[in-house]
Amino acid sequence: MSVEDTRGGKPLEFYGEGVSYLQGREVKGKLIVIEGPDGSGRSTQVDLIKAKLESDGHAVTTTGLKRSELIGKGILEAKQKLPLGKKTLALFYAADFADQLEHKIIPALEAGYVVLADRYIYTLMARSTVRDISRTWSHDLFGFAIKPDLVFYLDVEPEELFHRVFQKYATLDYYESGADLGLSDELYSSFVIYQRMMAKEFKRMENKYGLIPIDANRAIAEVNTDLQRRIDAYLATPLRQAQRTRRRGAGSRR
Amino acid sequence: MTPDRGEEAGTKLPGKLIVVEGIDGSGKSTQMHLLDQWLHHLGLLVFSTEWNSSEVVKEITSKGKKKALLTPTTFSLLHSTDFADRYERKILPLLRAGYFVLADRYVYTAYARDIVRGCNPRWVRKMYSFAAKPDLAFYFQVPVEVAMKRILTGRPKLKYYESGMDLNLSNDEYESYRIFQSRIIDQYEGMAREEGFTVVDGTLDIEPQQTAMRRKVMKLLPRAAAATAGMELGVR
Repeated sequence: MSVEDTRGGKPLEFYGEGVSYLQGREVKGKLIVIEGPDGSGRSTQVDLIKAKLESDGHAVTTTGLKRSELIGKGILEAKQKLPLGKKTLALFYAADFADQLEHKIIPALEAGYVVLADRYIYTLMARSTVRDISRTWSHDLFGFAIKPDLVFYLDVEPEELFHRVFQKYATLDYYESGADLGLSDELYSSFVIYQRMMAKEFKRMENKYGLIPIDANRAIAEVNTDLQRRIDAYLATPLRQAQRTRRRGAGSRR
Repeated sequence: MTPDRGEEAGTKLPGKLIVVEGIDGSGKSTQMHLLDQWLHHLGLLVFSTEWNSSEVVKEITSKGKKKALLTPTTFSLLHSTDFADRYERKILPLLRAGYFVLADRYVYTAYARDIVRGCNPRWVRKMYSFAAKPDLAFYFQVPVEVAMKRILTGRPKLKYYESGMDLNLSNDEYESYRIFQSRIIDQYEGMAREEGFTVVDGTLDIEPQQTAMRRKVMKLLPRAAAATAGMELGVR
């Protein structure tokens, strides 16, 4: 980051090729991402963090996958009707994400909001990778995504996740159990194997994209204290120092 | 066929992939239809597919498209999703099964349109890197005025995105269309050499165009069909 701006605005920083027609736009807000599997407590943490930040006087907005005007609900309906191809699904999710990035995330950041993202591109990339899509292709595909200020990954043991998910929904999601991958003819084993593959992929992404792992096997309040402490520290740090100290996602390719 | 890109690199697909490219009104769809009929007549397995025609994708986006404003990036991603669906479920399996796959527009349409809309050229190309390289790619070269005249006789109203109205080129949709399509022609012309397009003069009459195409396609035919075709076309 070579540009110094004492008012706190900074140019958009992309992971890859970027988006030429967005070049030159400046953001003042902060993008904070909470990643993690279903049952890791993501949305609960997003709610708690939002409430705390708002009480501290920050303008906060939240975003998540499959919430775009464009195709959000359509994906869910289509997946129930017939199995879509792996690349088709990956591109669909990318379109949904792009819609929210351009229509929601970037405008909010320009207006100075703290944007709390309930999942970001990392889940999408990990899902693709465990389905044999090349990491390079996924990385390049999301070259239009901007680098968040902070990314937390809520790490939970697959066995513990299973209990949480099952107690909450009394059923397991087909894709989140990796049932489409034929890992096991029995859903518990499939779920555990799949979640382990996903966790391994997230582990791999830690350095490359600057993910901060958070032990989310702990109680909600304990995890929240941990997250909030890190977020508060980040937001309290003056811009230039924060840019030096934050764990930056490596946009460069291997 | 030996695609040189993506996951198909190194694997030989038994089928043949023939694509046509060019702006709307260049006459390519008419020619593709005639080619399709001819290949059927020669007893070959043929499958034809059109750009932006996946039912699944249409269903998913039809609600959203009306409400949402498409940006160049989302526009590009929706078209690549459409392509991927047709590619994963039809084009690739049928090429594996030995079909003649005829594609009315292929990845080059995305390269041309998305780049004119302001997407990064390298980003677009990498996104489509999984697509097999065609055995034959015809490019229908036609001046923008000729194409426009053809389009407007059949259909007096221009569509918003096809006129490039999202690019603010002009408030007049006909003027916008002309500018937008001219830029797409520039992209095609730039690609023609490096992608090895077979250029077809789209201003010629329909029959000589078709004869020229069939002569090219003949080289891809299995021996028996090629012999029949050769007699019909008066070449050996």
